[in-house]
Amino acid sequence: MRYSGFKVFLEGLRGQSGWKPVWRDPEPKPVYDVVIIGGGGHGLSTAYYLAKNHGLTNVAVLEKGYLGGGNVGRNTTIVRANYFLPGNSEFYSHSMKLWEGLAADLNYNVMHSQRGLINLFHSDGQRDAFARRGNAMINQGDDAVLLDREGVRSYLPYLDFDNPRFPVYGGLLHPRGGTARHDAVAWGYARGADRRGVDLLQQCEVTGIDIEGGQVTGVQTTRGPIKAKKVAMIAAGRSGQVAAMAGMRLPIESHVLQAFVTEGLKPVIDHVISFGMGHFYISQSDKGGLVFGGDLDFYASYAQRGNLPMAEHVMEAGMALMPMIGQARVLRSWGGIMDMSPDGSPIIDRTATKGLYLNCGWCYGGFKAVPASGFATAHLIATDRPHETAARFRLDRFATGRGLMDEEGTGAQHNLH
Amino acid sequence: MRLTCPHCGERDLREFAYKGDALALSRPEANAELQAWHEYLHIRDNPAGPTRELWYHTPCGSWMVAERDTATHAVHRTMTPAEATK
Repeated sequence: MRYSGFKVFLEGLRGQSGWKPVWRDPEPKPVYDVVIIGGGGHGLSTAYYLAKNHGLTNVAVLEKGYLGGGNVGRNTTIVRANYFLPGNSEFYSHSMKLWEGLAADLNYNVMHSQRGLINLFHSDGQRDAFARRGNAMINQGDDAVLLDREGVRSYLPYLDFDNPRFPVYGGLLHPRGGTARHDAVAWGYARGADRRGVDLLQQCEVTGIDIEGGQVTGVQTTRGPIKAKKVAMIAAGRSGQVAAMAGMRLPIESHVLQAFVTEGLKPVIDHVISFGMGHFYISQSDKGGLVFGGDLDFYASYAQRGNLPMAEHVMEAGMALMPMIGQARVLRSWGGIMDMSPDGSPIIDRTATKGLYLNCGWCYGGFKAVPASGFATAHLIATDRPHETAARFRLDRFATGRGLMDEEGTGAQHNLH
Repeated sequence: MRLTCPHCGERDLREFAYKGDALALSRPEANAELQAWHEYLHIRDNPAGPTRELWYHTPCGSWMVAERDTATHAVHRTMTPAEATK
């Protein structure tokens, strides 16, 4: 079924009786060409691009819970391409281009809203750093505008510009940055993959990865064994447990990152605002809720919830930046399991086992990467060569020290990002 | 989450800084193979369940080892590094 304005109108007249489930619920087949472990954003987009770009449709996505039930449904929906380092820069730039055509490509409204993202700075030194970052973004072909204090005020008059600790000196505006509807991205990719013949197998937990003579041969699952010559591990925060089934240990530590949403309010925040010094960022959803978050809790966790000290820290930072939000009531908070890599950048690579691929290490930035990550991982699986936009996301960069991508400049060790 | 400093007793999470897996206590010899250093610096078991970690208690300036569950945030036991490596 193709979605269109006419279809919505027609169903309005027919009492919405014509909508059907948008993907099948098939039984597992005994053999697939490719098995993808993990039915989140990255796994689903990988399946979609395997089918669309490479004609590989005998593909299964194995999800132990339900599709899109992990981080793709637990993030703060920010989409941006404001990276600095070679490797990240071209990758996120590619992702932004895919985002811009995504709704049309998927025939699914992902509600991509390029409302502009503003990163605030609070000193002359920080202004220089952001000017440099903006130049790197422009060199990459993306957009960046350095705003002075009055420039920021014209967009965000409600900030506390004279905060004694962090007075606002200006901001780096990334006009193409914005948000998207996170669930819709998972559902759109799932529907697109299913329509091309990919089997989406939910409630199907992988319990073992079969390897014979250095070649992957399939997986054991709670819905029976499945043979495949190519298996991709795309399990985000759970990557360590999945990789262990293949005898691998990863340079990944799973941490909790919290996010919050208030009750629905009238439109007040038109942009995405990032207050890096306070570890606070905020945007307003189309339903009116203020969606905001901060930094990691900074301890290893799989609990999908955090502790109160970080919640308090985030609220304090929000109040310091924009005192007007003090009256808003928080409706919900939640946590996601972040697959933190030592240098803060991701991994899309082959492994020592033939036919076994790894996609992980997205830290707290996986959502905006979903299109390009799937695109590059599908290319890697189909051709056995890295895609040019993700060629630097190598697993061996930690062992060799070559090609580390420490975007924050804090050091390539755990617990520094 | 509250943690028990071996010297100061049970205290608020805010007083502690997290270092990471307690394998930091088993530093390789200076002339160890590069692979040993790589594993020490980067590779983690990353368990979803019981784990042993190094935490720092800022007010009293001492390190401790905590046995904790990463799936539930339950803290089972804390001890000084000396006790942990005995």
